[in-house]
Amino acid sequence: MSRFEYAPAPESRSIVKLQPSYGLFINGEFVDGAGSFKTISPASEEVLAEVAEASTADVDRAVKAARRAYEDVWGSMPGRERAKYLFRIARIIAERSRELAVLESLNNGKPIKESRDVDVPLAAAHFFYYAGWADKLPYAGFGADPRPLGVAGQVIPWNFPLLMLAWKIAPALAAGNTVVLKPAETTPLTALLFAEICQQAELPPGVVNIVTGAGETGAAVVNHPDVDKVAFTGSTEVGRIIARAVAGTNKKITLELGGKAANIVFDDAAIDQAVEGIVNGIFFNQGHVCCAGSRLLVQESVADQLLESLKRRMATLRVGDPLDKNTDVGAINSAEQLTRIKALAEIGSAEGAERWSPACELPDRGFWFAPTIFTGVSQAHRIAREEIFGPVLSVLTFRTPGEAVEKANNTPYGLSAGIWSEKGSRILAIADQLRAGVVWANTFNKFDPTSPFGGYKESGYGREGGRHGLEAYLAG
Amino acid sequence: MPAKKKESADSVASATRVTAGGVATAPRLAVRKTYKLFIGGAFPRSESGRTYVVADSKGQFVANAAQASRKDARDAVLAARAAFGKWSGATAYNKGQVIYRIAEMLEGRRDEFTALEVPAAEVDEAIDRLVWYAGWTDKLAQVVGGANPVAGPYFNLSSPEPSGVVAVVAPSAPTLLGLVSVVAPAIATGNTVIVITDAPRVAITLAEVLATSDVPGGVVNILTGSAAEVAPWLASHSDVNGLDLTGLADAKLALELEQAAAETLKRVRRPAAAPDWSADPGLAPMTAYLETKTVWHPKGL
Repeated sequence: MSRFEYAPAPESRSIVKLQPSYGLFINGEFVDGAGSFKTISPASEEVLAEVAEASTADVDRAVKAARRAYEDVWGSMPGRERAKYLFRIARIIAERSRELAVLESLNNGKPIKESRDVDVPLAAAHFFYYAGWADKLPYAGFGADPRPLGVAGQVIPWNFPLLMLAWKIAPALAAGNTVVLKPAETTPLTALLFAEICQQAELPPGVVNIVTGAGETGAAVVNHPDVDKVAFTGSTEVGRIIARAVAGTNKKITLELGGKAANIVFDDAAIDQAVEGIVNGIFFNQGHVCCAGSRLLVQESVADQLLESLKRRMATLRVGDPLDKNTDVGAINSAEQLTRIKALAEIGSAEGAERWSPACELPDRGFWFAPTIFTGVSQAHRIAREEIFGPVLSVLTFRTPGEAVEKANNTPYGLSAGIWSEKGSRILAIADQLRAGVVWANTFNKFDPTSPFGGYKESGYGREGGRHGLEAYLAG
Repeated sequence: MPAKKKESADSVASATRVTAGGVATAPRLAVRKTYKLFIGGAFPRSESGRTYVVADSKGQFVANAAQASRKDARDAVLAARAAFGKWSGATAYNKGQVIYRIAEMLEGRRDEFTALEVPAAEVDEAIDRLVWYAGWTDKLAQVVGGANPVAGPYFNLSSPEPSGVVAVVAPSAPTLLGLVSVVAPAIATGNTVIVITDAPRVAITLAEVLATSDVPGGVVNILTGSAAEVAPWLASHSDVNGLDLTGLADAKLALELEQAAAETLKRVRRPAAAPDWSADPGLAPMTAYLETKTVWHPKGL
């Protein structure tokens, strides 16, 4: 199949007004931090801005501001008033959606069509959804008079910077908590723009505090003795460290960690739809998705046919400028992540799996990795066991439904899974047996503010989204 | 014809026996019970061959109870994991009936527990608590799960599912109510459990109740002995999904166990500050070891 040629259709950057440097957002204003670091565009390696790095003392200031705001204003504010602030924020995110989308794609490297159509609208929807809960908490099923916990310390990853911020801040605020949030080191800019949105919404100072920095800043947030609640999304490795750090304290904790999702295609699946789902499952957001369908389990009888279709479809993926509206696969978020993806891909070849990528030209500058599949993968291969967090799909086959379930569950992770079949009873039976928090049947990578998200086993605990997502921020 | 006097085992022990021929013989010696472990539906001795002396409240020797070892703990994990698939897959109605059956059996054996110095009121409460949890099995999914109104043409349903194998440190007191209060919620939601207890007589007598209640082997496994010795192996075991420390009074041990559990990201319930085992337990003991599974499917013609 030939590839359609498109003229470049870049989204204009002019809507984003980058400042040369950004401070920390503490107690409603931007203040200097102890140090600073540069944040770049992973697509060009261009420095976008200088961002403050919060020290332990800076984090302490932020926690104190959050505590004051909790005690003086936010914790005791009637729910219906809190709700209106959150509705305001939802509206401002929608009003400034183009600016947020461009900034997100610039700083993260994700295609503009994803930040525009997925990340930003979902972030706005998340605030809109939880806004409505703020004055209805006694009806949420967590006791007749559920109380907020106090100050929430939240640490989020770089794969969906604004959306993860929304997942964390919206339920925390709706429940009456105040927050200190640390965005990922490589993607601080939309969080800082969100700080400005809080100012526009006239959110009381200290209710939301944003402390930028790397791992040490995150550790300072998590370990601060006056934090009542820790919420983390990121790697299972760091999740273990955090779970250990909060052991023996009174801090409530939720963790949304790694995954190695099986995407199972049965012989009675609609193959073309399944191919679209597989592509969406692993190449959406460059595969930087904890719930990515990174292990394709395909029934042996349709494997050849499916792989042929998949390869044909992959050849049409457009890799390149994240701001180009035609781009399907953007830049890898950082040099560090690219190194990790390359290393695991090398291991995949070395362990005997067969590697394939479509012919695709990658830009000279920035961090890029072509969409890649490995066939002939066994369960023992590291690329079948470890989270690659990149556009790399490991293909395994199975003969019986029982074998599919066995292989799908053969992982310490349990975040998500996919099932492709036209037979309803089979879908429901398999869905019952999969040990995963989200099961997408004949679809993949769908998210909604009303739908709880989170994992089994070592993919973490607690749920974000929906009524379930409130539990993490309430004392029953 | 005068009714024959029925004699309990204990009274037989102290009474002078009279043979059919009316000749008096020596007092009958009681047949004592060996207190072993309860693993996979069987009552094995500790693999280690160790026992420890159990005394009653007056300090009188009553038994040499099995002292569980690391190997016993690992065997219990194997048994609990093996039982998990069938038990978690059993219908909610069936699980409710089985737990109700435990209550029935406990009611019938209440004298055995009062003979072990468990207050009658505590036995009552333990039975009633089992009945309470029996009724929850087919209701909880409707209370904590449900349809999610997503913004698109999708069927979207969240349902609770058990976390898996849960290791529990049973409270030292109250022995029976404490044990029932930590085991019943975990199995009512479809988990399988391994309980460590230092009250071997009550725990193993309860195991006999369980063994005659249609509870499949391996759903509840009981290790008698030292939590400080055995619990760390369960806290760090990578095939254990949850750890219940609500009944553990030793804060230092609880901290170590929670830290060990962090390595495999187990769901941990921390020690309760002042546990009141007779209070309404609420939903927390059940929801602690539940996962939420959300299934999506497109709608279309």
